[in-house]
Order: sequence, then structure tokens, then C-alpha cells
Amino acid sequence: MIQTKPIKPRKPWQASPAQRALSFAVFAGALLASYILVAVTPLKGKLAYFVVFFIIFTVLDFVFHFVSRGLLAAKDAITRAFVFLGISLAVLPIVSIIGTVIVKGVKGLHWGLFTHDMKLNSVSDPISQGGLVHALIGTGILVIVAMVISVPLGILTAIYLTEIRGRFVRPIKFLVQAMSGVPSIVAGLFILSAIVYTFTKSYSGFVGSLALSILMIPTVARTSEEVLRLIPDDLREAGTALGGTQWRTVAMVVVPAARSGLATAMILGVARIAGETAPIILLTGGGDTVNSNPFHGPMGSLPFYIWKSYAVGTPESITRAWAGIFVLLAIVLVLFVSARMLSERRSSK
Amino acid sequence: MSQTVISAADTEYPPKREITTEPRFSDRVFRGVVSTGALSSLLILGLIFFFLAYHGYSVLRSQGFYFITGSNWQVAQDAAGNFDPKASQFGIAAMLIGTLLCSVIALAVALPISVFSALFLNFYAPPFLKKIMVSVVDLMAAFPSILFGLWGFFVLMPSVEYWAKLLHKYFGFIPIFKMEVPVFTRSPFVAGIVLAIMIIPIITSIVREIFSQTPLDRIQAAYALGATRWSMIRAVVLPFGRGGIVGGAMLGLGRAMGETVAVYSVLNIVYQINWHVLVGAGGNVASMILLKFGDAGPEEIKALMAAGLVLFLLTLVVNTLADFIVNRSGGKGR
Repeated sequence: MIQTKPIKPRKPWQASPAQRALSFAVFAGALLASYILVAVTPLKGKLAYFVVFFIIFTVLDFVFHFVSRGLLAAKDAITRAFVFLGISLAVLPIVSIIGTVIVKGVKGLHWGLFTHDMKLNSVSDPISQGGLVHALIGTGILVIVAMVISVPLGILTAIYLTEIRGRFVRPIKFLVQAMSGVPSIVAGLFILSAIVYTFTKSYSGFVGSLALSILMIPTVARTSEEVLRLIPDDLREAGTALGGTQWRTVAMVVVPAARSGLATAMILGVARIAGETAPIILLTGGGDTVNSNPFHGPMGSLPFYIWKSYAVGTPESITRAWAGIFVLLAIVLVLFVSARMLSERRSSK
Repeated sequence: MSQTVISAADTEYPPKREITTEPRFSDRVFRGVVSTGALSSLLILGLIFFFLAYHGYSVLRSQGFYFITGSNWQVAQDAAGNFDPKASQFGIAAMLIGTLLCSVIALAVALPISVFSALFLNFYAPPFLKKIMVSVVDLMAAFPSILFGLWGFFVLMPSVEYWAKLLHKYFGFIPIFKMEVPVFTRSPFVAGIVLAIMIIPIITSIVREIFSQTPLDRIQAAYALGATRWSMIRAVVLPFGRGGIVGGAMLGLGRAMGETVAVYSVLNIVYQINWHVLVGAGGNVASMILLKFGDAGPEEIKALMAAGLVLFLLTLVVNTLADFIVNRSGGKGR
């Protein structure tokens, strides 16, 4: 009987341990050299450390690859260094932002924030007095009213683009794109000129919601369009084959199939507008008391609360602003993560 | 289940439907409703233009070209305390140039970082890291601008001030880095860096999208011919994605031009054309509107509407170009 020994698969393209050790040595050498350089020369600070390390590492890596594998490999190594530099520079701010908000925001957090409004307090009072419940309720109402306006319009636009596929698909796609580029302050000015000066003559939550819907419609429309595009045509054909009219097919087959995706679109739209500040400053009047009527009286909101506290500029008010930012960021994070989870579940099905 | 025998005789068929290509009534209603909803974007954009032009018209007419070439902003009153349109001056040239300056700095900083990040996400990152990083970048695009404003003011500005001093010290001979008065805070440079951080996620996600459409067969062909990763990127990915990069950059530029609150928090707005990016005096149309709005009289509001119209048209043009470029390049191979 012939004994067969399974041959261990070889992967000649992978780096051997010796090569890996060498690459690591280059990395460690660059680290060490930059440390020494920063220590002995007048270059100081984190930035200097970062820059010196990057330059030394790139040069060492280039030389190492040039000697071991030639010019092409050396160029490849340089590109790799720059690519890693790029992604770290892109991610660094987000880490810093989240870190700062947590560190500074936690100081201002206490339960009173969620049970009091600012009726009896000014923003410069100690942080233990007053709260942002009016802002939370205000933001909630603004967002809900904006949703009621923009979700139907956004989804209708998406249905037009994917189901009806009429003559205006190209222009409407373009218009949605153009609308998503409308600066938020222009949306605010538009509502100011078209609604406030022409009809209502007063600030209210509702006009703020109108401006927010302008910003929300394109987000909802584009995300919904992507989602509806993923629904296979088989489903549409099956609906038609069963004798359904297009209306019945869309309403009872396509939209239910894309349910979770449409919910994602909605959540992303809300995340887009929850922290929108400029139109809120122009339109809502920013009250300090709980106001649950969107059609009457000034309405507070989280961005306005943060804005006002920040603009005053005393240490107490700035702590207040960071606490507000912390709450806002928490809301955006929750919305974003739930949107991600919904779409994850959809794609894994 | 009991079986029932159905004979053809005692079954009642529904009446035969007429075969037609004419849509039914319900479908006609459906199409009407959906098309109307879809045209809402046209309606809204049209109304924005109409109302801003309607309210800003009187100012635009009385100021003429001075509105975009002058840089004096002055509300004059006659002896009786009424608004005097002859003596009042509204010019936004300094603001327009400031807007361009800030956004161009932002783009110059953000574009290389974004392209390298997109390359990392598509061709360097292991799958699990790619998934996380894509989420992180998308999350950053969803951050509210006031967050960038506060963070920029309290955290970023001290560092950027230091970088600006370095730039001034070593590259001070370049005209735009010159400065007469050493005020480094709240400069267009700081605002540009904050804007860059805001548009990096936007550009990155567009460029990544375009890069990921690079035909796989060409990538593999390049590898099969012995290309290193960089040679592959240079020979296949970059030519394929060139339009996407340009389009993404334009889109980022449009976003940077319209940004209000973040710029307002870190920029010192001064009514004077200033090309020296490190000096703490700049302009920005959107922030100027916010700044002036608080204590503006009815006539000044009209001037702000006109400024809003200019900003709207500016971003519309930039976005249109971006859309055109992205659509022309995306998807099809060359």
C-alpha cells in the first residue's frame, strides 16, 4: 500500500517570517529614530512626532524595498505609506470629536437636564440648574413634522424613479441631486421669505420643520431609490402575472418587500436634519419653555440650545453647550446604528 | 382535505376581462400621484429661486453689479430716519472671495486624503476593517455641522494656529502666506481645515463608490501581468475613476461653499477682501447671512435674500457640474 503524505500547501506569495521581521524592524527603527530626533532637536509636539515618523518611515521603507526588490516595489511601498497616512488622517478627527464630546459632555450631564427647561434659568447659571427638556421635545416635534412632510414626498420620488420610470427620470434625478446641495441657510431664507413674511408673520416650529423637510427630502429620496432598485424585477413581474395592476403591485409587493430599507432611508433622513442649526436659528425663534404646539409660539430645539449656550461664552454656558452636544451626538449615533442594523438584516436575508 | 369534483358545467367563471393596454383608473390615479410627488423637487427649487429673487430684487436693482463687486455693507438712513436706498451700499465681493478661499483650501486638504482613504477602503483594507471603516466614514458624514463648529473652535483651532505659525515662518515668502498683523486665530485657513474635515467623508464615499466599480477583469489582468498594487492602481483604477474624483471634488466644494454654522464659529468675518489665508479676517456668504440676520432691518433682510440667491445659484452651478461629471464617468468602462 502506498502511503500518501498530504503536502502542506505552500503560499509563495506570502511574506516569509524573515521578511516580516525585517518589515517590522523597519517600522520599529523609524519609530525609534523619530523618538530620538524629537528628543534631541528643537522639534516638539505630537505633530512633529507624527511628521518625523512618517518621513523617516517612508524613506526607510523605500530604501528597504528598493534594495530587496527593486524600484517598482519601492514605489508600491511609498504609495502604501501614503494610503495609510490618508486613512489615518481621515479617521483621526472622528476619534478626536467623539472623545472630546464624551470628555467635555459628561461633566454637564445630570438627571435634571431631562426634567427641567430653561424657563427660570439663564444659560450662565450653574449647570445643575435648568435643563434641556424643552429642547428635546422641540427637536422631537420638529423632526416628526418634517418627517410627515418629507417621507411621503421622498418615497414617491423614489417610486417614480424605479417603478414608473417615466419620461422625467433623468431630470428628476438631477433635481434631487441639486436639492441635496441646497445650503441649509438658503432653505431657511426661502421659508422665511415664502412663508413667514408672506403668510404667518411669526416664528413657529412648523416653519422650521418646513425648512428641514427641504433638506430631508433628497436624503430620503436617494436612499429609498437605492433600496427599491435592489428589489428584483421577478417580484414585480410576479405581481403583474397574478393580475395585479401596477398600483397593487407596488403597494402590496414592492413596498412591503423594501419595508426595512425604506425605514433605513427614513432614519438616515432624520439623522441628517436632527442637528441642522442654521434654518432653526432663522425660523423657530428658540423658546426656553416647553412648547408642544408647532403652529404657535417660539419652539426650542437641541441645536438652538447648543448654539445659544455657545454664543454666550461663559464657562457654565459652554459646559451646557457640550452637554447638549453630547445628547445630540447620542441621538445621531443611535439613529445611525439602528439604520445600519436594519440594512444589515436586510442584506443578510 | 376533502376532494370536490368540479365539472365545467357548474362552475361560474368571472366575466372575461377585456384585454387592453390602457391603464386602469386606479393606475392612472397612482401614476398621477407619484409623478406629482416626484415633481415636488422641481417645484421646491423653482420656488426657492422665485421667492429669493422676488424679495432680493429691489436690492439687486439698486445696487447693480456693485452687489457682487463691492465689499461695503452699509445701511444708510436719511434725515427722517427712513431707509435711504441711494446712500446704502450692499456688496458681497469680500464674502464671495472668502467663500471661495475657504472652500478651495478645504478641497486642497481634503481631496488627497479622501482619494488615499478611498484607495485604502477598496484595495488595502482587509474585509472586516473595510466594513468598520466604511461605517465610520459614513457616520462622520451624518454629524451635525454645529458639532464640527464647536470642536473646531475649542480643539482644532489651537493646533491649526500652531501649524499656521509654522507655515508663516517657513513659507512666509509665498504671497498668500504673508501677514502684516500677526493674528492667527479665526482665519480662513482655520475655517478651511474645519471644512476639509467635514467634506472628507463626502468625497471619500463618492470616490470609493466609483473605485469599487472598476472592472474586476482589468484589475486581475493587471495583476496577472505582474503589476504591483501601485502599478495596478495607476494603470487601471485612476484612469477609470478620474471622472469620479473630479465629480466628488466638485460635490465637496459645493458642500463647503454652503456650510454655515461651522464656518461661523471659527471665522472672523471682516468686510474687506483678504487674500492672505493665515490672517484672522475672512468672509463667507452663508455665515454673513447668519451674522447679519439677528439685527437686520427689513431692507437689510432684502439684501440678505439677494445674497442667499447668489449663494443658491453658486452651489447649484457647482452641483450641476459635479452631477454631470460623475454621471458621465460612473459605471461605464473606457
